[in-house]
Amino acid sequence: MHSEPSLTLRIGALAGLAFLHLPILLIFLYAFTTEERSFAFPPPGLTTRWFAVAWNRADIWAPLLLSLKVAFLATIIALILGTLISAAMSGARFWGRDQLSLLIVLPIALPGVITGIALRSAVPMLHLDFSWITIVLGHATFCIVIVYNNAVARFRRLSGNILEASADLGANAFQTFRHILLPNLGTALLAGGMLAFALSFDEVIVTTFTAGAGAASKTLPIWMLDELIRPRQRPVTNVVAMVVFAVTFVPILAAYYLTREGGETAGAGK
Amino acid sequence: MPSDAPAIFPARGLADRLTTRFWRHPRLLLVLLLTPPLLWLGVVYLGSLAALLLQSFYSLDAFSGLVIPEFTLQTYGQLFTPANLNIILRTLMMAAAVTAASALMAFPIAYYAARYAKGRWKAAFYLGVMLPLWSSYLVKVYAFKLILAKEGIVTWVTNATHTDWLVSLALALPYVGGNSLATSYLGTFTVFCYVWLPYMILPMQAALERVPQSMLEASADLGATARQTFRSVTLPLALPGIIAGSIFTFSLTLGDYIIPQIIGNSASYIGMAVYQLQGTAGNIPLAAAFAVVPIVIMLIYLTLARRAGAFDAL
Repeated sequence: MHSEPSLTLRIGALAGLAFLHLPILLIFLYAFTTEERSFAFPPPGLTTRWFAVAWNRADIWAPLLLSLKVAFLATIIALILGTLISAAMSGARFWGRDQLSLLIVLPIALPGVITGIALRSAVPMLHLDFSWITIVLGHATFCIVIVYNNAVARFRRLSGNILEASADLGANAFQTFRHILLPNLGTALLAGGMLAFALSFDEVIVTTFTAGAGAASKTLPIWMLDELIRPRQRPVTNVVAMVVFAVTFVPILAAYYLTREGGETAGAGK
Repeated sequence: MPSDAPAIFPARGLADRLTTRFWRHPRLLLVLLLTPPLLWLGVVYLGSLAALLLQSFYSLDAFSGLVIPEFTLQTYGQLFTPANLNIILRTLMMAAAVTAASALMAFPIAYYAARYAKGRWKAAFYLGVMLPLWSSYLVKVYAFKLILAKEGIVTWVTNATHTDWLVSLALALPYVGGNSLATSYLGTFTVFCYVWLPYMILPMQAALERVPQSMLEASADLGATARQTFRSVTLPLALPGIIAGSIFTFSLTLGDYIIPQIIGNSASYIGMAVYQLQGTAGNIPLAAAFAVVPIVIMLIYLTLARRAGAFDAL
């Protein structure tokens, strides 16, 4: 039986994959269209001039840089906190371990709008103002779980013996961390960090709730959302969409290749 | 693991002395590791959720537009007005429809990837699902604004293949139809399915991969047809994975407020209500009460899913 997939299954699988990928390809095509006023298909002509137009638009650069800054800071915070939790969770059994694992997942298991409105209602109670810093606060919270997932999976594969061997050979906890743990966790942390970066870079739902008013906390996704609701220059938005896709595409692909090989951790395979 | 013989520790400096302490008191290291993340999650996340819950018991003064910080159930009462109940019901129906459709669309992909794809193809399938899952949410929604536009590709393809009557027929359907694809429930539904589909495929594929080959062979040996094996062996064993995937599609649809705002017929959803109430209306208490609805629904959903063994498939 089942040596060959049936025709229906093949068509179903292919159609599903096409449904997932063709819409993105269409954006690439539209970035080159000469049509300015509508989303006419097929494009009446092709041009690369929108890239130059987008490049010279000052109102794109500031949001782009802010998004990069927010994603970078959120990733750093998530990397530190996520690694700490994964180290604690992989080592010991302790009271409240299950509750803690639920708490870590909650920010992405519950809809983003809840994290958003929760922060929206909490920040004024502490007499703080919304700004780009509150955006980082929100992003770091849901990025922790991404780093945690990657790190904890690697910890599970890592043999505890090598840590004990390191201690037996006279290394202290910090030396063991620096020379044994970090090199083995490295790629997993890098992958988790990249995914967290990609997630933060294009996050919009929590951002709209935690951003301050005005241009100082306008991230690129907020800029895009404005354009989606009130389009001003469609081809420029197409170009930005393509750039956003590219900026997130690279870390996703890199993260995949970094965590793909299973057998590279020391002491694994026992 | 402390043994009877005392461990001998070198003492070259502070780092060594700390190592000795960690060894003698493993809890100390645990506390040090857990304090920063617990502080963050406890203060920023749980603290915010507590603030949200607290505010949902406040109310808005109808005349001054100011929040009255006194305990009342009146705000929750407002959820039960017909208009608000409609919003909740509409969101639930949409989430259920999107989840069911995603499960149907995801199954062939997950099944093919789990059973037949090997080597390079397997990696291609995995990336083919991972990339859309992680790539920009807004870009994906934007893509559908291009696709569903009146002058867009759907109109062009259906005109070229003379199948535009199919679209007209779908749009003429009661309730789900509308003036155009971009302004109907059908459009909103399609975009939801597109954006959340990968979240269904991955856990489903993982569950299908765990179905042992030997069981399928045993089923065939016992005389079951391929269809019978599928129905009474594969499907029940894959069910936890399907439920795990449905947690994502259901939860994500429940809270989304961007998609119906961009593709849809301006009917409101829970997420949109939350966003509009806190923004223009400044009614944080009612927004908070609205936000409690998906929390409660998801807690019930998660409890049921846990009972069905879906957590092992996550």
